[in-house]
Amino acid sequence: MGYMFNGAEAEHDEEGYLTDLGQWTPELALLIAQAENLEMTDERWEVVNFLRDYYEEYQVAPAIRVLTKALSKSMGPEKGNSEYLYELFPYGPAKQACKIAGLPKPTGCI
Amino acid sequence: MANLMGSIPDEADPLEIPALCEGAMAALRSFPAKPEHQTALGFPGELVENWQEKAIEKMGDLLTKYRSLKVYMDACVKCGACTDKCHYFLGTGDPKNMPVARQNLMRKVYRRYFTFTGKHLPWLVGAEDFSKEVLDDWYTYFHQCSQCRRCSVYCPFGIDTAEISMAAREIMDSIGQGQKYSNEIIGKVFKIGNNLGLPPKAMRSTLDDVEEDLKTETGLDIRLPLDEEGADIMLVTPSADLFAEPHIQGLMGYAKVFHQAGVKWTLSSYASEAANFAMFIGSYDNMREVALRIRKAAEDLKVRRLVFGECGHAWRVAYSFLNTLAGPFDFLDQNHPVPQHICEFTHDLMQEGKLRFDKSKNDAYRLTFHDSCNVARASRMDPTPGGQFEIPRAILRATCNHYFDMAPDTIKEATLCCGGGGGLLTDDLMDLRMKGASPRMRAMQEVTREHGVTHLAAICAICKAQFTKVLPAYGYRANGILSVHQMVSNAIVLDGSIQQRELNGEGAAAIETAVAAS
Repeated sequence: MGYMFNGAEAEHDEEGYLTDLGQWTPELALLIAQAENLEMTDERWEVVNFLRDYYEEYQVAPAIRVLTKALSKSMGPEKGNSEYLYELFPYGPAKQACKIAGLPKPTGCI
Repeated sequence: MANLMGSIPDEADPLEIPALCEGAMAALRSFPAKPEHQTALGFPGELVENWQEKAIEKMGDLLTKYRSLKVYMDACVKCGACTDKCHYFLGTGDPKNMPVARQNLMRKVYRRYFTFTGKHLPWLVGAEDFSKEVLDDWYTYFHQCSQCRRCSVYCPFGIDTAEISMAAREIMDSIGQGQKYSNEIIGKVFKIGNNLGLPPKAMRSTLDDVEEDLKTETGLDIRLPLDEEGADIMLVTPSADLFAEPHIQGLMGYAKVFHQAGVKWTLSSYASEAANFAMFIGSYDNMREVALRIRKAAEDLKVRRLVFGECGHAWRVAYSFLNTLAGPFDFLDQNHPVPQHICEFTHDLMQEGKLRFDKSKNDAYRLTFHDSCNVARASRMDPTPGGQFEIPRAILRATCNHYFDMAPDTIKEATLCCGGGGGLLTDDLMDLRMKGASPRMRAMQEVTREHGVTHLAAICAICKAQFTKVLPAYGYRANGILSVHQMVSNAIVLDGSIQQRELNGEGAAAIETAVAAS
């Protein structure tokens, strides 16, 4: 299983999460988003980039609350809430956005 | 009904028996564990060659170790009382999701290898060889049981399908046939300390964030300490409380209650998970190892009390098994329950008149309560029988003006599972989760039609996550699910807080000045 990309294959698991996080590139993110039927708008990029920065520092995806607070600062308070995040990523901000950002799938009671 | 997304249609009775639909869920198989998920827990990486022999050997071992399992195998008289009691049967119509049929997947193998008639006259007693086909059926249908124990309430012999499904998963793990969701997560607890894989640095950063928000909201320095030695209380809570919504609002509620109580408390990064997923796979050894982390953290941090956050399966393990797994806890203060549920802690303070609530802060909610299966049927909250039903309700009634129970045959000991418990809260089982939630959702729709209920509160991290996914399909908002301590958090009037000054009628300007000065 993999995303065909630049003539090479980026391997993913049963659910489409990259198995090697090092293979992620912005171009690959477009491809993953396409597989999720999502167009990568500026707002979606904003979320994906925040997730990647956060992951680099903390080795895990941020809490939804941390994410909405960050968006509230960068995009305005009307967009800093989980309902807006669900609008951007209908299948759940934590999971769908992480997949596009090349992060591992958050697991547990979520 | 501004809190609803659409109208609530006139639905069928929540417990209506569906038309039989043989094989309806036969194709739904949870993702199998990868070799590395298996070996981390001491199981073979993949299906071993002599799996049949090993599985029967393991079954023999479990039948000796757990006498209850043998009783459950022998006692069923096929009376049929359980057939319509499983939410997955009600939601799918698949006859193999009838509890008796699920049990029979194991019973027929048991009879073939462990009873006289089954060994010699298998056709007479419905005994069957443990073939690959049977093993496949095991994997499929023992991962369509959320181990909620509703069926056992109605069984005249008290046969507990949950225990049978745990044993079946233990047997499958022992031959290399584990499930990805549960096993990957247990491995994370061993490696990092919690189901989500939150390292201490991420935990601290999130807690800082929450502290900042609480300061803005209340004007007070409400702390959420991590790894603080010498605290009175160690709070063990699901890691989802530091990650997901509405879980984290519950955490804010706990912090406010501890603040008002004036106790020193702490979280532990080592024991940063309350949920013990090893129970789902029936693995005593792994369950013990997860539980021992809690003991070690309590000893290392030199705390005197253990309090558990809102987590259903955690509370079952804590209340029913913790002492056997990791006790004795004689180093803790015996004047308090060991362990104690956060709802008991809050309720005690309410009884002592130490908490003040402004119920009008929750006027936007017309609320009902979902009894989480493992709290309802596998534990208690002391001191009185039924405390696990009454204590959370007492908290909700004290914090909210509009509270309504769902139909009596769908709550308390008869509660319906959320559809995601017991290791099934995984995307690969979404179809089953949605269908299994339908009886609970139809019961909620009834109180919506009768009383305009808009929201559902729960004390289990799995229930909360599951309802976030399920509610929108039934016309509710995804955030229609609330933590019980979120209601506490909204309504509590802390000493010296902005809320207290507001209630005392101080003007906005005065409050702002006071906050700026603090």
